[in-house]
Amino acid sequence: MDLKFLDFEQPIAELEAKIDELRYVGDDSEININEEVARLKDKSESLTRSIFSKLSPWQVARVARHESRPYTMDYLELISPDFQELHGDRMYADDPAIVGGPGRIDGRTVMFIGHQKGRDTKERVRRNYGMPKPEGYRKAQRLMRMAEKFSLPVVTLIDTPGAYPGVGAEERGQSEAIAYSLYLMAGLKTPIVNVVIGEGGSGGALAIGVGDRLLMLQYAIYSVISPEGCASILWKSAEKAEDAAEAMRITASSLDEFGLVDEVLQEPLGGAHRKPKEMAEVIRNAVLKSLDELAALSIEELLEQRQQRLASFGQFKEA
Amino acid sequence: MSWFEKLMPSRISTEKRTKSVPEGVWIKCPVCDAQLYRNELERNLQVCPKCDHHMRIGARRRLDMFLDPDSQEEISARLEPEDPLKFRDSKRYRDRLAQAQKKTGEKDALVSVTGTLLGRPIVACAFEFGFMGGSMGSVVGERFARAARHAGDNNMPLVSFAASGGARMQEALFSLLQMAKTSAALADLGARGVPYVSVLTDPTTGGVSASLAMLGDVNVAEPNALIGFAGPRVIEQTVRERLPEGFQRSEFLLDHGAIDMIIDRRKMRDEIADLLAKFESRPNPVPAA
Repeated sequence: MDLKFLDFEQPIAELEAKIDELRYVGDDSEININEEVARLKDKSESLTRSIFSKLSPWQVARVARHESRPYTMDYLELISPDFQELHGDRMYADDPAIVGGPGRIDGRTVMFIGHQKGRDTKERVRRNYGMPKPEGYRKAQRLMRMAEKFSLPVVTLIDTPGAYPGVGAEERGQSEAIAYSLYLMAGLKTPIVNVVIGEGGSGGALAIGVGDRLLMLQYAIYSVISPEGCASILWKSAEKAEDAAEAMRITASSLDEFGLVDEVLQEPLGGAHRKPKEMAEVIRNAVLKSLDELAALSIEELLEQRQQRLASFGQFKEA
Repeated sequence: MSWFEKLMPSRISTEKRTKSVPEGVWIKCPVCDAQLYRNELERNLQVCPKCDHHMRIGARRRLDMFLDPDSQEEISARLEPEDPLKFRDSKRYRDRLAQAQKKTGEKDALVSVTGTLLGRPIVACAFEFGFMGGSMGSVVGERFARAARHAGDNNMPLVSFAASGGARMQEALFSLLQMAKTSAALADLGARGVPYVSVLTDPTTGGVSASLAMLGDVNVAEPNALIGFAGPRVIEQTVRERLPEGFQRSEFLLDHGAIDMIIDRRKMRDEIADLLAKFESRPNPVPAA
């Protein structure tokens, strides 16, 4: 397994390197090193457990942005192998930072919509680092309306640093594209399940994140602004991102404590990228459970509950 | 100093003294540098009589100049902000709130009222930019949502005046979710067939621009207001080039189809009153000149 380790995982990386070395030696040696390998593997696992049991919010953000972390298409391949991608907003362009289309999951069709990041440099650029432009959100709107038309539930997978801040995006109405997405989802006459799989970056994430259930992966983050952005405004220095990550309570467990998340999905030891198949299975089961619950409601009940849910967001006092 | 003043704590007496100093009679227009007589500027609704520059104004002043005299009644005035995250950067959020409340006399950055506009009862709300940059937290979202609900329940058109830098970072995800909450309230209002006019004033950016402010049946802007999703500095850092003159200004948005019209502040009352009357198939309420 070719694992890429983050700085705070270095002790694990060293152990894993030792294990690889031993195995290599073991191939052409007469000594039985199996026992030693097993011992080191145990040690590596308990070390991982201990490091991951006390990740700081900033470290969680690093895992959420890990270059090996599974992206929307990786999960769709596992959850819905017959997913059919549809393209274009019918107005301007196809935005590769958002993918979507119908696919079957456990025998029923779902309209999947998700942010998509790129794995290598070329694809990262093509997908604009997962930062959608207005045409991306308008494609998503088109697919949502299609889902409503064919009575298909919508499942969104959220993983973006944010909506793209560029000249063209402003010219084509980035604000309106996001605003209208929120408006549309608030009243869409079909169930919507949102899953934050990586980075929930601000309005660009929320624009496909309004619905009836919010699920969040254990090491995913969700925030109003990136820790770097917050730090550079409030602390006047992007270097303070660690403090900002702490202050904004961006992790799934913090947001769960505030009652803003319906379910936190546990990740495999060391993060989703260690065992993508296992993670996909957890997501699949959680999504199916949510869809079953929502399918039991009439459309009127569903929309009533969604309106109440959205109206309940916020914390204030009334004198 | 009298014996009585000597007895008072110094904080109170200095406050009194600063207030007793008359404010400047002359104000310089930040655009054309014209020296303007304060009272004249006030009569001209804080629009420079020389160059028509629209100066920023507070929420109360905005509502006063827009609605019929003595017609206002505030909605949800009793809502007050909380600090659910115990947020602290270089300063505590609690202290920032207290400071903003003292400075503006408002509990939070949105004021919503019922009132009449040329006789037609409506619901109106206005952002107070002086309150933490008009940022949207839980109180702003709740006040807006209640205003929209009041409008829907009573079949009164809704008019909102935006002036905001966006979401309030100190309320983190709670503030982001206000975008969803206010948009949902507008979706409900829209489903009931009640008109909503959104007026974008200088500046309207970020989460407010990307939710309630862009969702008007009609989007109106004041002249030369900065309106956009990302702030110009963020975009400049991203594209690494200087932005063209007029980028993200009202006229730019009109050219690109994001807003319906630009209205001079001095004509705002009449134009919106007539627009609402058209949507409701009523005769023009504006008296002939």
